[in-house]
Amino acid sequence: MREQPLVPEPEFASYYGRPILKPPVWKQPDVPMYLFLGGLAGASALLAEGAAMSGRPALERVARIGAASGAAFGTVALVHDLGRPERFLNMLRVIKLTSPLSVGSWVLAPFSGLATAALASNLTGRLPVLGRLAGLGAGALGPALATYTAALITNTAVPAWHEAFQEMPWIFAGSGASAAGGLGMLGAPVDQAGPARRLAVIGAALELGGSELAIRRLGMLAEPYREGKPGMLMKTARALTAGSAAVALLGGRSRVLSGLAGAGLLVSSAITRFGIFGAGVASAKDPKYTVVPQRERLRRREAVGAAQG
Amino acid sequence: MSNSLAGRLDDVAGDAGYHDHPPRMGFFTDTSICIGCKACEVACKEWNQVPEDGISLSGMSYDNSLMLGADTWRHVAFVEKTVPTEPAITGVDQAADGLQWLMASDVCKHCTHAACLDVCPTGSLFRTEFGTVVVQEDICNGCGYCVPACPYGVIDQREDDGRVFKCTLCYDRLSVGEEPACAKACPTDSIQFGELSELRQRAEHRVAELHDKGVDVARLYGQDPDDGVGGDGAFFLLLDDAEVYGLPPDPVVTTRDLPAMWRHVGMAALGLVGAGIAAFIGRPR
Ligand code: SF4
Repeated sequence: MREQPLVPEPEFASYYGRPILKPPVWKQPDVPMYLFLGGLAGASALLAEGAAMSGRPALERVARIGAASGAAFGTVALVHDLGRPERFLNMLRVIKLTSPLSVGSWVLAPFSGLATAALASNLTGRLPVLGRLAGLGAGALGPALATYTAALITNTAVPAWHEAFQEMPWIFAGSGASAAGGLGMLGAPVDQAGPARRLAVIGAALELGGSELAIRRLGMLAEPYREGKPGMLMKTARALTAGSAAVALLGGRSRVLSGLAGAGLLVSSAITRFGIFGAGVASAKDPKYTVVPQRERLRRREAVGAAQG
Repeated sequence: MSNSLAGRLDDVAGDAGYHDHPPRMGFFTDTSICIGCKACEVACKEWNQVPEDGISLSGMSYDNSLMLGADTWRHVAFVEKTVPTEPAITGVDQAADGLQWLMASDVCKHCTHAACLDVCPTGSLFRTEFGTVVVQEDICNGCGYCVPACPYGVIDQREDDGRVFKCTLCYDRLSVGEEPACAKACPTDSIQFGELSELRQRAEHRVAELHDKGVDVARLYGQDPDDGVGGDGAFFLLLDDAEVYGLPPDPVVTTRDLPAMWRHVGMAALGLVGAGIAAFIGRPR
């Protein structure tokens, strides 16, 4: 870890130190878990198609399991998070481009169906053509499923999320790819796991690079990603991602090391989501992160206004 | 569904698809004449049958309801400020011991560009013909997305119920030509209800009047149709910086950036496809 320069706590006024924003009411572990599972499922669907096309049946099987079960458990987590789970179908009452949750529901629903159909056909050997078509459909929707969740959390007033909206989709794409690759390495024999390994390493690089860029750009709003429990999670995830990716690169042809690295990447992808989720909540709870950047914005606008006369 | 995401918007009900609609209605809360009686809080609860929100003392001056929430649709804030003991230079009532109270009745802002409404995936939150923002409780499925989306921290989930609740600007009363319960109950007319365009003019006059009296600290909050939320349907006259009252100094509707967000999501999704392809071309194994 680099040494962080000590910055004096900024002075700011507040109403008895109380938060201005309402922190997300989304539950833990439901929603961070959903972010993880969506990434795993979406990227797995992509991996499954590649495996099918390049004749790697064992990798295809694992990836199809990842896509279908990730979507299924993700849906359960999402529905469980609702205040009125019995009304979950109201999500599909309308389609609203201004609501990433609405768009996401319309991606998740068909994705789940297609990924499940593709897996069923793969497991039973029945209707192979339809199964492959379903797999193709899931593969086409997968990248959207893995990345829309970035818009879901950044399209809020939560300062540490919103201000990171440029990098978050890349972090989520990377995290999803490293999870899917990790699952492939864990479940497929090494002679078929090559693409999983490469996907995992590219994903890890995207996730680490994206996070680093965000942290550098965010200034004060990077604090919640560094401090407290979310900071610890982020640090752990970073080390585990980098370490596992290195093992995958160097020792990926050993069955044992490949499995270990794969498991490490799966776990670190999940930890990343919990860290990001926690950092957002922390930034909403502290009025500092609402007031100071907004004051700064006002001050700059006034300076520009004054300069223009 | 609203068509525009940010910026100035003069006909908000029209933008939401109403052809024939009444003028936009709103609140002007002039905090310089608020006496902190909480009649608005009580009237709101009575009329809207809002459950009890904790009968306890907070230790924050006379504030007992702490903040707006699912069960608090009007919230009276009490700010205690120490001020010089000389005779009133502000023109505002001062206690002799150098303590000045700032009292303000906060409420949902009924934003021109309402993030809560934009992000609602079920269409439960909607724009009324009066330009206000209301939750349809029979549709809300408790996804909670509106809660962190609101830049003012207004709307919240009722835990035992699962759904979200907030001020409706007394939609039921407006529909029959009545004014909202809080405005009706306010004994000093600190809460004024009316046509937004008319309220904005009235507020400009009031600020000018206070400035003439030497109350330089008077300022309007949320009246500017060019601000980050396109102006509030419920705006305020304040006597200090917004954050002193627990209000954000420069709120911006999150969906202003949504087109850029979708662009980044699209690029990252394509990037993921690229990563997938790269993983399979590389070396054979
Ligand atoms: S203040 Fe919050 S709850 Fe009220 S309309 Fe604006 S975004 Fe919605």
